[in-house]
Amino acid sequence: MDRWRRITAQQRTLPDEAVPVVLARQGPHGPVVHAVNAAGVARGIASGARVVDVQAIHPDLHVEQADIEGDQTLLKRVALWARRWCPWTVAEHDGILMDVRGAAHLFGGEAQMLRDMHARFAMQGLRARLALGPTRGAAQMLARFGAQGVICGADDVAEVLAPLPVAALRLPRATVILLERLGLRTVGALADVPRVGLMRRFAGAAEAVNPLVLLDRALGRSADPLDAPAEGGRWLARVRMAEPVVDPVPWLEGLAEDLAAQLAQAEQGARRLRVTIYRVDGEWRSRDVATAQASRDALHFVRLVTGKLDGIDAGFGFDLMTLEALRVEPLVLRQDRLDGGRDAGADVAALLDRLAAKLGPSRVTWDAWVQSHKPERVEARVPVLAGPVQGAVEVARERPLRLFDPAEEVAVLYAVPEGPPARFSWRRVTFLMVRFEGPERIAPEWWRDRAGTRLRDYYKVEVTDGRRLWLFREGVVGDARGGDPRWFVQGVFG
Amino acid sequence: MSDSSYGQLVKLGDKRGVADVPRPDACGGRAHAVLKDALSARPFDAAVTAFVLACLPRSKMPVLWVQDRASRLENGRVYGPALKGIRLLRVEVSHARDVLWAMEEGAGCAGLAAVVGEVHGAPPVLDFTATKRLAMRAETSGVPVWLIRSGTVEGLSAARERWRVGSLPSQVHPYNAAAPGAPVWEAELFRARGRSPGVWEVTYEGGQNSLRFLPRSGDGPLEEDHGAAAHAAG
Repeated sequence: MDRWRRITAQQRTLPDEAVPVVLARQGPHGPVVHAVNAAGVARGIASGARVVDVQAIHPDLHVEQADIEGDQTLLKRVALWARRWCPWTVAEHDGILMDVRGAAHLFGGEAQMLRDMHARFAMQGLRARLALGPTRGAAQMLARFGAQGVICGADDVAEVLAPLPVAALRLPRATVILLERLGLRTVGALADVPRVGLMRRFAGAAEAVNPLVLLDRALGRSADPLDAPAEGGRWLARVRMAEPVVDPVPWLEGLAEDLAAQLAQAEQGARRLRVTIYRVDGEWRSRDVATAQASRDALHFVRLVTGKLDGIDAGFGFDLMTLEALRVEPLVLRQDRLDGGRDAGADVAALLDRLAAKLGPSRVTWDAWVQSHKPERVEARVPVLAGPVQGAVEVARERPLRLFDPAEEVAVLYAVPEGPPARFSWRRVTFLMVRFEGPERIAPEWWRDRAGTRLRDYYKVEVTDGRRLWLFREGVVGDARGGDPRWFVQGVFG
Repeated sequence: MSDSSYGQLVKLGDKRGVADVPRPDACGGRAHAVLKDALSARPFDAAVTAFVLACLPRSKMPVLWVQDRASRLENGRVYGPALKGIRLLRVEVSHARDVLWAMEEGAGCAGLAAVVGEVHGAPPVLDFTATKRLAMRAETSGVPVWLIRSGTVEGLSAARERWRVGSLPSQVHPYNAAAPGAPVWEAELFRARGRSPGVWEVTYEGGQNSLRFLPRSGDGPLEEDHGAAAHAAG
């Protein structure tokens, strides 16, 4: 919800604070509520309810689409950022787990550390619900169902957890309903049931959904260690100058060789590079470049980055410069061809990098094909850095060699009842039609176009001097979709 | 300027050097990939594009196609579905300076089948020096480079061959007399190094993948000159 507010606030005005806002995700029977804002919580809208039901109860409801993948990505990055407090952090599907054992005293105690966490998350624009527990399960339960910022010691964990509902154990919904039917509404009630009975009742349940196992883990009776993902390595080359300099280019070669050697040792190739200069006045400036293919060719790095350094503002000079590989991919050593020639594919990839780095990634494209009736829609362009596109387009009819997009309107000077105009004027030149072929009728795509889009009749028209144009008439007379049909030039034949 | 005095059928093979058509006065040397200019005889005439495409070598390697903004507006984009068997790597920039830079980068890359650039008008950056650089690059790397120019074209060019191509009324359609048939182009080679210029009517024969050059004058081929010995005998 916080992430949605921040992204939306950049683009448009947010709804009023008093309006309930929900983010919807697709459920098995239509959209369900994924997240609710404060006003919605105050009105009793619960996460997991169906959006249509909530809309019926609250007509002023504001519904937005939830971006679940984006949330997961953010959570993973925040989990790595949270390593400022402790080295063991894991992103779950709806939270972050940290193992702060032995780290709290660095921040002045547990309560002080929680306050610090709360303040720093707030600085990022995120509201965090924090809880500290002696076990992983207890912390998870308290963060979601306990009070904000609760700290629970190892001795009183059973008492603190007892009033929480059984749903806090992260059980599947069917199990929660079953336990509630049995009258076991709280964790305390569940803990009071004799173990043998529970064990027999849930003998077939898997470990992750077995209430007894989860309860044991939460109460610290069985081990539940944290498996934190390893942080990716950093590929960084730096050079310090004895005194401030203004021109970064002479230092690049050494940096690139250093970085390439590091990458070669780890058998990695860089896909994204960042060069940063640290100026004497405390400012820093950086430039990023991307490559189409993983590379650790120092010369290639230099050529890529040099083009980007033209406009970099070195101020009164800089005394530290770094070259960093932000994204790497495995790259094994490749052999040149036996006859000594270079691999042509690698040459092209290097060319693509240089073109995309200088002209912008969106300017350099491969052709891709889209299934569509409309001639101008058939062709799509994919940036080269996204990778090559396979396959070819099959068009049954002859197509013009060049296409105008958008099509340009022609003025009809002498119309004939059937076929294209005998005289027409385009770009302030009058043309006399000699021969034509057609029509080829292309109907609008009703599943994609707006209602009222008119069909097109295409003609291949040859004018007196031999130039061949691709004209079309938009609509036919009397199709009740606007006035008289208009004529356009969409392409020219070779 | 004289017409070439005989017609010829030039087979377009799968190798490079196809672009060296026609060679009426074959000088015996290896076919060089060089910089060639292709000028449009009339505005928005796609004949020049079709001619250049027919001359490009057929290969699996991509063709770098660089276009500036003015020519994109004036002549439109090359339309992918009309191209058969050519993989295009498109670069669309706004200024002719960037077109030349991208072409130079491409001309040095042996992994490309060819480099084609399009410039509209006569921008100041496209001078003799710039074309000379391109020509040298192309000759070093062996990648054929074509420069398609439209609009007013003036100034010097270091291109090794300069063509001016326009449409002629097309052939008779085999089934429909009222419809345009296969295209016919008028190709004028008005400046060339190491060969004589001429004007031809060119048709593309898709079935044989060949370009047929017919002299404009319509004469048959010249009788072969048997040299000084024959003259002495006669």
